[in-house]
Amino acid sequence: MKSLLQKKSTRNNLITYGAVIVFYAVFQTLATTGSLKSLYKGLLVPICAYVILAVSLNLTVGILGELSLGHAGFMCIGAYSSVIFSLATHETIKSDFLRFLLALIIGGVCAAIFGIIIGVPILRLSGDYLAIVTLAFGEIIKNICNVLYIGYDSNGFQVGIKDSSVQLAEDGKMILKGAMGASDIPKDSTFTIGIILVLITLFVVFNFVDSRAGRAVMSIRDNRIAAQSTGINITKYKLLAFTISSFFAGIAGTLYAHNYSILTTKKYDYNTSIAILVFVVLGGMGNIRGSIIAALILTVLPEILRGFSEYRMLIYSVVLIAMMIYNSSPKLQGIKEKYSIKRILDAKKRAKALGENEKEAE
Amino acid sequence: MKKLAKKISALLLAVVMIVACFAACGKNNSNATLKIGGIGPITGPAAVYGQAVKNAAELAVKEINAAGGINGMQVEFSWQDDEHDAEKAVTAYNTLKDWGMQILMGTVTSAPCTAVVASTKEDNMFQLTPSGSAVESIAADNAFRVCFSDPNQGIASAKYIGTNNLAKKVGVIYNSSDVYSTGIYNKFKAEAENQPFEIVAAEAFTDTTKTNFTTQLNKIKAAGAELLFLPIYYQEAALILTQANSMGFKPIFFGCDGLDGLLAVDNFDKALAEGVILLTPFAADATDEKTVKFVADYKAAYNNEVPNQFAADAYDAIYTIKAAAEKANINSNMSVSDICDAMKTAMTQITVTGLTGTITWTADGEASKDPKTVKIVDGAYKAM
Repeated sequence: MKSLLQKKSTRNNLITYGAVIVFYAVFQTLATTGSLKSLYKGLLVPICAYVILAVSLNLTVGILGELSLGHAGFMCIGAYSSVIFSLATHETIKSDFLRFLLALIIGGVCAAIFGIIIGVPILRLSGDYLAIVTLAFGEIIKNICNVLYIGYDSNGFQVGIKDSSVQLAEDGKMILKGAMGASDIPKDSTFTIGIILVLITLFVVFNFVDSRAGRAVMSIRDNRIAAQSTGINITKYKLLAFTISSFFAGIAGTLYAHNYSILTTKKYDYNTSIAILVFVVLGGMGNIRGSIIAALILTVLPEILRGFSEYRMLIYSVVLIAMMIYNSSPKLQGIKEKYSIKRILDAKKRAKALGENEKEAE
Repeated sequence: MKKLAKKISALLLAVVMIVACFAACGKNNSNATLKIGGIGPITGPAAVYGQAVKNAAELAVKEINAAGGINGMQVEFSWQDDEHDAEKAVTAYNTLKDWGMQILMGTVTSAPCTAVVASTKEDNMFQLTPSGSAVESIAADNAFRVCFSDPNQGIASAKYIGTNNLAKKVGVIYNSSDVYSTGIYNKFKAEAENQPFEIVAAEAFTDTTKTNFTTQLNKIKAAGAELLFLPIYYQEAALILTQANSMGFKPIFFGCDGLDGLLAVDNFDKALAEGVILLTPFAADATDEKTVKFVADYKAAYNNEVPNQFAADAYDAIYTIKAAAEKANINSNMSVSDICDAMKTAMTQITVTGLTGTITWTADGEASKDPKTVKIVDGAYKAM
């Protein structure tokens, strides 16, 4: 056990798990005792979804080193596939938990399948080209979902891209109504499930990064030619990272969609993709814990600023700029080091060591 | 060591303070006020609608308070932004709940409204939306609306064109990525089968392709349409009118309440809008006493801005809440759920004569009032 703890990455990962669990414990206690404002109570599940999105995108952007602007597209696939499943089986599967579990798997797997389909051709591209193609992919997914009409009756499912192409019998029920999306979605998402999903995501991503495959992926990021010359199958590892990333985006989409009773494509446009990218950039490329903190802060911040009413979004952008500068400016490094938590902890250790030394001297 | 202890205690204090930030405050509902909340977009692309609703609602609240309030209670009104987004709308609703809201007047746009209705149903909070027109927006029995539903507008438009014999061949341009537009179009199409005209061409566009309409217009012109039905918002309609004019296509243009605002579009040649007919519950230059007073007050309060139909719906919504609350004999000591139950019954019993017509409600939340049509003549709306 001790040798395990001595490894720096393991220790770091444990701190992250611990922080997530402490966050859960504090807010779950506050929520169950009724002392948490409903504003923050309502934000808990979206925060979990955004954290999963940020962590999974960090796998593509930070670890694999490829810029993807289509993360909301995968989220959209997860959301739509799982909502179609949930609405279709709303009557047949009575257990909410079982249905939601299956919905999560379906959402994740569908997104992963699309990740592979999209990944095979586009991962041959890199840099700006990849960014633009993923952006286009996200928009395509959004527009397809926007025209889908799906309904079912006793004769089975009907799918069409026009209102008139779905003609249901008397007992039929529409699931998706084109631009109107889906409504009456069972609200199955809970904070507890959200946190469990965050922990699973962290577990998979941390272990992936530490694995042989993860090292191969990072070597591709650092020097593609060197990696290729050592016999690493570039396409395979790129695709692996991209697929895992899209799988978790699908999971996050499922979690997010089942938190609201309505689903429309508006949420899954490039603005959301960019918002997730902002979480990753602010948190630091490749820094998983940073992504979590950034997702948390940037989701809560606009709500804290509600007091400023009309000026809210203006102040939000100014704060965002300030945070980005603070995080990346070399001139501010000194201030950051002086007031970091790490330093306070180190100071504690040093003081302890000093105390022990004094005792020995006595 | 002492310094370290200080640092740690400071850190602990900071943590306590942050937690206190998130903790709920005790409820301090002083008994002489009724708290009404409002939700709608005041930032982002749909901000025009939210701002109009907010302004008109605040105006109505001010008037009511000056006249002695509702059942002797002063009204407190708080507005929260939802950026026309379902997630933000639910967050805004939660914020208002923390504030102690007892009745919700909102939300302004359809999709966020549908999301919020699910929450108000859980809490059994009375909700009256001024302009959420999708069918699902008032799916729960605690939700009512002031405006027409999308299907009703589609049906009313088709009936109007049919009974007044405006045209035999009708073309449609609609926004297939928009709930409002597709909702109206689908019902228009269904009702058209019972009417003495034929839809010769129905062309769609989406939010990402809303700048050039020449393809759609050419098809519709080729199909020989005499009337062009536009169940869309005014920004796109202005472009369609301009582009149709430049290609020499001059059918009768017919639209729904989304076209309201057409005359206020920047750089739009108002002469092109001559003869456009629209189905709208409100025309700012109507000459009845109520409208004249409302328009004058609104202009005086908000930089000489002319109120649109969203503002009129919101103004009516606040007065509807007043009428229902008086009928139900609401007092501020009642719980949110009790207020809701009393208001639900009262809503079906009241008749409100407002800016948008004489309105009554059925238990499913739909408002019934006569649709009004106006025609643009000499750069102004004229009731028909």
